[in-house]
Order: sequence, then structure tokens, then C-alpha cells
Amino acid sequence: MTDSFVDVNKLSKSYDIGTEKVRALTSISTVIRRGDFVSVMGPSGSGKSTFMNVIGCLDTPDEGEIWLDGQNVAELARDELAQIRNTKIGFVFQQFNLLGRTTAVENVCLPLLYAGVGRRERIERATESLDRVGLSDRLHHHPTQLSGGQQQRVAIARALVNQPAMLLADEPTGALDSHTGVEIMDLFSELNKSGITVVLVTHEQTVAEYARRIIHFLDGEIVSDESMIKEVA
Amino acid sequence: MSVFELFRIAFNSISGNILRSILTMLGVTIGVAAVITMVSVASGARQEIDDQMKSLGSTLFMVYSGSRSFRGVSSASGNWAVLTEQDAHALREEIPEIVAAAANLRGSAQIVSGNQNWNCSIYAVDQDYLEARNWQIRDGNEISPTDFNRGSKVVLLGNTVRDALFGEGNAVGQTIRVNNVPLEVVGTLEKKGVSGGGRDIDDMILIPLKAGRERVLGRRGASGNAVDGIWVTVEHEWQMPDVEELIKDVLRTRHRIGPNQNEPFTVRNMSEMVETSLESRNTLNYLLSAVASISLVVGGIGIMNIMLVTVTERTREIGLRMAVGATGSIILRQFLVEAIVLCGLGGVAGILISFIAGWVISTTTGFPMVFEWYVFVVSVVFSAGIGVFFGFYPAQQAAAKDPIEALRSE
Repeated sequence: MTDSFVDVNKLSKSYDIGTEKVRALTSISTVIRRGDFVSVMGPSGSGKSTFMNVIGCLDTPDEGEIWLDGQNVAELARDELAQIRNTKIGFVFQQFNLLGRTTAVENVCLPLLYAGVGRRERIERATESLDRVGLSDRLHHHPTQLSGGQQQRVAIARALVNQPAMLLADEPTGALDSHTGVEIMDLFSELNKSGITVVLVTHEQTVAEYARRIIHFLDGEIVSDESMIKEVA
Repeated sequence: MSVFELFRIAFNSISGNILRSILTMLGVTIGVAAVITMVSVASGARQEIDDQMKSLGSTLFMVYSGSRSFRGVSSASGNWAVLTEQDAHALREEIPEIVAAAANLRGSAQIVSGNQNWNCSIYAVDQDYLEARNWQIRDGNEISPTDFNRGSKVVLLGNTVRDALFGEGNAVGQTIRVNNVPLEVVGTLEKKGVSGGGRDIDDMILIPLKAGRERVLGRRGASGNAVDGIWVTVEHEWQMPDVEELIKDVLRTRHRIGPNQNEPFTVRNMSEMVETSLESRNTLNYLLSAVASISLVVGGIGIMNIMLVTVTERTREIGLRMAVGATGSIILRQFLVEAIVLCGLGGVAGILISFIAGWVISTTTGFPMVFEWYVFVVSVVFSAGIGVFFGFYPAQQAAAKDPIEALRSE
């Protein structure tokens, strides 16, 4: 587990907001090892979301390299990035982003649909994935029939269904009560133990502490990068 | 991702908002229904021409007294009557291509049968008439050659007259009175329908020429053997131009018309006449079809409008789909297929409505409607085409979205 899954080198990104140019990332370099569990913290506008988007292949940097699973994705075209998102990364969002009017299974099937997997296999794998997050009895429920925690589990099942190497979670507990949040974080820990790299963006210290490593962003730079001893022990 | 999947997604999203989908489709539905209805009315008119050709015979000439220059005066045919029964015989004998040449006198009178009475046309005809005009006997018999020769007081009833006087009852063997002359019904004729000019062809009776001239129509004396016109049929349509010239030659010779004199008769090709009479209605129909297709375009604009709204509303969904791996071109196809399905369903609904409209029109106005299969194929393909055309821009808007922005949108 020593090899790097994400290797970011001198990454810079700025946005034009009106006439002003905002530097979101200023020459960031860091490495996320395969199988690691990393929390990314920092106030709004610190660059943590941009960092997530860039390593999640949703955005491209202005400068610098991002080696993802041995491939420099910094200069790939939109469609190539879509394919990498599809096969190597699973996203979990604060607002779950499930499709309404669509059952849990169908929601989980979505990445497989874009991967070109046949319908029968899609259903099979989506069912397995829902089973893995403990929702095998909610396959044909619609999002509106599920609690917030269950909806987030469906979203996690969707993120897992293509067997990605890395999960990117953006405030996954932000819309949940603390009890449900704990359950979701336990699920992330469990998934991480099974070998999946997890990167988590959060405001909450308690949530961040599930990780083995916490990176703090401020004004587009990494200001601290600490390992959590308790995991090692 | 297969086309089938795209259609499934499209149907899901369309059925998710039924009312809006139906309202969106309505424009296309009305457009398609209007186009099909108009085209079918036009086809019906065309069919009517063809039917008339068949019933009249496309190999039919009408020769009548009066030159073309006098045609405007409707009484001319009577006053200028130069054609005779013998002309008809001469044409038949001298021109081998002629199958039938039927002289006739026309009139109209009140017909009385018991306590029923009816006003209709009376044709006093010779033996060739049924063949020349392609009439079929429905009940009873034709007028026999003997009756023709003697000018017997017998009559054949057109379908309308039969219905009016006898209804469902038996007409053959009954006696009717015309101008106080009793006539025995020997047979009735098959129905032919309405002519291009809107006249009921079946609203008439046929009597032997001699009986007509001497007893019923009372034209004896004035012009001897004169007739109002002669119907001529030839065997094949291609013979018609030559035969037309031959008819003129024979009649000029018989009536001693010099080469520089105007002919006191006119030869007309019946199919031309029918065609002319229906052409104006056809032109109107095609004009209406053009107007109807404008409503299709308006329907397409409605589709575009709603698709733009849909794309905006579903920005978050688009972002999510992109995040889990949908490429721009897949998103483009998804929304394009949705627009096509909307239009296609609208088109199918339009076809159903056009059937209803067609039924209503043909039962209320009597215009025949002819639905041709190609009209349906064309209109469904055309409405799907509208979907492509008007759905492309909204779909492109969807595909061009930035996934991050899209995911952030409310």
C-alpha cells in the first residue's frame, strides 16, 4: 500500500469571477497513496473543493500534473475524463443527487449504463452493490420513500458499483443527522478497510477524524498535512 | 449505450411529467392531424376523379350540337340541334374503333308513382347508351331491342329515383307516369354516385329514344330526328385523339360543312371535363395542407421551448450523469431522443385524431377521405424530424454544461 494512486504536482487553478481573478489552487503538490483514507478540511474558498474536482477529473488545472493511477489526466479531453470518472472514481455528494422517479437499483445502475454494461448484468451488480451498503431490502424503492441515510447509502452503492479505486465524498454527512452521519462514516471506514481509497471533504472535525490523514487547505495552499496516529496503533 | 436505453430514459422522463408532455406534444399533434386530414381530403378528391373516370369511362366522348363559340349559351344545344340519330349510326358504322355511339335526348319532368312524385332528369336514349355510359343493371332487365325499335313505354330507373319512389320495395314491373304517359319499369340501375360537379348521376330515368321523342318529351315535328347529343366510346384510351378527328370528319361530311366553316357541333373528351371540374377543389386542398404544415412548425417551436425549460430544470441531473461518466455526446443524444419521442408520440396522436376528423368530415360533408399509408409514414418521420431539428439546440445546451456548475445548481 505504498504506491501512490493520486500524485499531484505543482497544481494551479484560478477562476475569473467578474473582472477579478481568484486563485483557487496555488502550486499544490501532494500524494495520496492507494488504500489511504484522507480528509480534506478548510474554510469555504480555501481551494479544497477545487482540489476535489481536479483529482476527481471533473475539472482540469491551469498548470501542473495530476497522475491518477499512473496516467497524467491534466490534459485529457472532456470525453476521456468522463471515462476515467466512470471507471476509476466514485462520487458521493452532500445532497445525494439521486434521480427521482427512479428506483434505488436503477439509480445504482447509472454508471454501468454509461460503461456500456448490459441490462441483466447491471441489475445484478447494482443489487450486489446495494447489498454491500445494507439496502438489499430497498431495491425497488424510490428516493422519496427512503430516509436521508438510506438515500446516501444508495448514493454510495452507486459510487461503488463500477468498482472504482477511489471514492470522493463531498460533505457526505452534511445533510444527515449526527446519528445517521456516524453510520455513514462507519460505512466509509469499512469500505476503506476493504482496500478502496477514500478522500473526504468536510467541515466537521469529528467526521474528518475517521480518516488516517487530514489535509488542511487555506487560500489555495496546503497548510497542514497530519497523520492520525490512532489508525496506525 | 444503446439506442434502446436512450428511448427508455426518454419514456421515463416523459411519463414523469405527463401533463406537460401532453401539452408539449399538442402542437405537433394538431399539426399532423391537420396535414393528414387535408392531404386525405385531397386524395379523396383525386380518388373521386378516378372513380368517375371509371364510371364514365375514360374512353368516352360527348358530341353535342352547337359550336364551341356558342357554348356559353346553354340553350344552344336545343336550338341549334343539328345532330341526328342517324349521325350516331353513321359514326358507329364508319369508324371501327368506336364501340358504342349513343344518341340521346334530355329533358326533365315530374314522375308520379301512386301517391309519390319526384322531379328528375329524363334521358331518351338508343340501344348503345348503357354500354357507352357503362351502366349496369341492378334489378330486372335492360330495355330490349324490340322495345327500342317500337319506342315502347318502358323505363329504367336510376338508383336515386328508385329509392325515392319505391324505397326498399320492388320497382320492377310497376308503372310510373311521366307527363301523363304510363311507363312500365323493366329494370333499375346500379348506383354511380355524385359527379365532379356535385350532381347526383343516379337521379334520372332512361327511356327508349323513340318513346321519348314521340310521347314523353314531346319534341316531335320540330327537328325530326334531332338529338341533343351522342355519347361515343372507343376501346382504348390511346385511340381517342385519332377518333376525335375521325368523328369530326364524318360529321362534317354528313352535314356538308366546308373546310372554312365553323362546326355546328362540339366533341368533348369526358375525362378532361371531370378533371377540370375537380381541379379547383384540389388546389384549395393543397393550399390548406400548406397552412396546416405551418402549424407543424409552430408545434416544433413549442417542443424546443419546453426542451429548453427541461434542460434548465434538470441541470443537476445532467451534472450527476456527467459525474458518473456520461459524455457530452451521450447527454446530447439523451435529450435529442427525448425531443424525438415527444414529437413522434405527438405525431401518432395526430394520426389518431385525423382518423376521427376524417370520419366527421366525410359523414357531415360527404367529401370522400382517402387515407394513404405513405401519408402516415411521412408524417411520423416528419414529426420525428421536427424533434431532431427543434430538439438539437436544447440538447446541445445540455451537453455543453460544465459538470461542476451543473452539480452546484439548485
